[in-house]
Amino acid sequence: MNQTQVIVGMASCGLAAGAQETYDALNEALSKADAEASLGLSGCIGVCFLEPIVKVVEPDGTEWTYGNVTAKRARTIVQKHVAKGDPVSEWTFESGEYAKTFESFTNKQVRIVMRNCGEIDPENIQEYLNRDGYKAIEKAVTSMTRQEVIDEITASGLRGRGGAGFPTGRKWQFAYDASNDTKYIICNADEGDPGAFMNRTVLESDPHSVLEGMMIGGYAIGAEQGFIYCRAEYPLALKRLRIAIDQARERGFLGENLFDSDFSFDIEIRQGAGAFVCGEETALIASIEGKRGMPKLRPPYPATSGLFGKPTIINNVNTLTNVPWVILNGAEALAQYGTETSKGTKVFSLAGKIARGGSVEVPMGITLDEMIHDIGGGSNTGKPVKAVQMGGPSGGCVPASLFDTRVDYEELTSTGAIMGSGGAVVMDEETCMVDIARFFLNFTQTESCGKCTYCRVGTRRMLEILTRICEGEGTMEDLDTLEELAEKVKSTALCGLGNTAPNPVLTTLQYFRDEYVAHVEDKTCPAKVCRSLITYSIDAEACTGCGACIRVCPVDAITGERKEPHRIDPDLCTRCGSCYEACTFDAIRVE
Amino acid sequence: MNKQAAASDLDLSVVGDTVERCGTGQDAVIPILLDLQETFGYLPVEAMQRVAEETDITPDQIYGVATFYAQFRLEPLGKHLIRMCHGTSCHVRGIVGITDTISDLLDLDGEGTTADGGFTLEKVACLGCCSLSPVMMIDGQVFGGLTRKKAKRILKRFQREETEQ
Repeated sequence: MNQTQVIVGMASCGLAAGAQETYDALNEALSKADAEASLGLSGCIGVCFLEPIVKVVEPDGTEWTYGNVTAKRARTIVQKHVAKGDPVSEWTFESGEYAKTFESFTNKQVRIVMRNCGEIDPENIQEYLNRDGYKAIEKAVTSMTRQEVIDEITASGLRGRGGAGFPTGRKWQFAYDASNDTKYIICNADEGDPGAFMNRTVLESDPHSVLEGMMIGGYAIGAEQGFIYCRAEYPLALKRLRIAIDQARERGFLGENLFDSDFSFDIEIRQGAGAFVCGEETALIASIEGKRGMPKLRPPYPATSGLFGKPTIINNVNTLTNVPWVILNGAEALAQYGTETSKGTKVFSLAGKIARGGSVEVPMGITLDEMIHDIGGGSNTGKPVKAVQMGGPSGGCVPASLFDTRVDYEELTSTGAIMGSGGAVVMDEETCMVDIARFFLNFTQTESCGKCTYCRVGTRRMLEILTRICEGEGTMEDLDTLEELAEKVKSTALCGLGNTAPNPVLTTLQYFRDEYVAHVEDKTCPAKVCRSLITYSIDAEACTGCGACIRVCPVDAITGERKEPHRIDPDLCTRCGSCYEACTFDAIRVE
Repeated sequence: MNKQAAASDLDLSVVGDTVERCGTGQDAVIPILLDLQETFGYLPVEAMQRVAEETDITPDQIYGVATFYAQFRLEPLGKHLIRMCHGTSCHVRGIVGITDTISDLLDLDGEGTTADGGFTLEKVACLGCCSLSPVMMIDGQVFGGLTRKKAKRILKRFQREETEQ
């Protein structure tokens, strides 16, 4: 390869940050510049806070990675680096302002699941093959028995990355032991947790590794058909999966008699249609069968009677991505990372009020503090981090005082949160914990399938109570009722959605009870979020009378002459906060 | 993006093609409905009836699925679809206020379609771009790092393009 390569990170996060404009600008600049260079794309390396990201690979193989590449920066990079061989080092991860940030963000991470993310073009199978792609399935089919594959996965200690943490090898063993001519493997790519995107990152950046993991699972249990259940909200992931499946078929990695053996395997994509409950195995199966996504009583477990009544295993995207790596590198290689009961790595989606947000893959056993402060750089607001919400609507809020908790299935569960699929939303003191509990209850209440009474009606009553508290109408008795209802919903629901739906309420009640009490007894919202409990006013001394707030107020509640202090009419004010955001003189007071 | 049509002008012959592609068994119902929604922009009752006629799927199964899953719409969409992400990260970073602003600008009461059929505003659970929150998606294009001001500017650009056409 003797020409310079310019590669743009084009996963959804990059595109949201403007990667398409960057790509177009590069394309135009390259065609004008007097330089031989190719323009390509890659997925996401997880460094979302520096998107759009562009990599320049010089003819001798030297790589430079640029952050925050706007269209303007893109043109400069072409003019200076590509055309003249003179890197704009101040914008690179290698030497510039980002070098230190990038170093802190990455040095505690271990990349197994995300080994290819951002490193290859996800739409080109050759680039996957160049990095040992499809070598693991070849090894499994040509040199290992089905039982040996299962034993290897069992020995690695790999547990389900969808959140519940069931040992993957054991699940496969159940399906292997079930006698039936037809079996299925399903990849659960219905990442429904609001605040989680680690599956999307992998699906968009390295789809072939998911296919290969499914093939190995299929081989191990004796399935010839796999399904990927992917949510329709991820159009780019669906597109890249389709391309990957077509390419794998063309190259003979999917189809009949693979690697000249008697193993045949193919994969079909089934789109989810927007139901959080379909993350639950039996509801997911119902959905593929064309029914409303309602869970069923287990047993029988899907491993013995699943899709169309056949033995079925369902694995999360990130679980499956581990599989080829384990087969190639051995169980020990994975088991060297982690704690006694939690092996390997875990990908988290660091988001919320975090300085350095993105997809981070950490070895199990790392503390939450290391993840949030060392890797994530703490809050993005300059205010201290108050809590992190782990595991989405099924999880809980872990307060900063417990940040010495390690990333380990059992340790996280002991805080009242869960490992979950990997959402980690960081909150600072301007986040109201009662409002967060209400937010999650609103979600689970909407997403409850309606089958179990306490989940259907109980979550609704809980939401009403939380809404009342946020509006300053709550009583101390409400807090007890909340706890009582929470226990009932947990213990009477059939599936994981209901069993865990009260967790966000219970953990906030446990760790942030003072905030609930402030709402109930003092009628105040300490984080100044709940609109019914706050008032806006203007500090006459700080106000310069610029009129910015008048222009943004949607209800004309602000009056005042130019260059004179303005005032807010509290009766008209809807407490939307527009003026607070618009004021550049810090003159808006919230009490 | 102009996909909607009055019920009387619906070309239901596409239903046959869709059924041929997806199958006639019950497990084909979600693929069929997604496909029809792609064609019509929503699920017209007439199209669902035609599906029942041409497959082994009963009307109650079809309607049951169409009303269970959030993706399916029984009403036509506006010309542009704005999806405001109300995921956790967007929530803590202020999407509630931004949605209010957009809703005000479109003269809507929360969600819905504007009187002229130009825009449909929808709150969605999560678009999965959490590290760039708050985000919104207009016609499949994601806009990240929003403030009220930035969101307003983006919407006004779409509105301007609309009047210029």
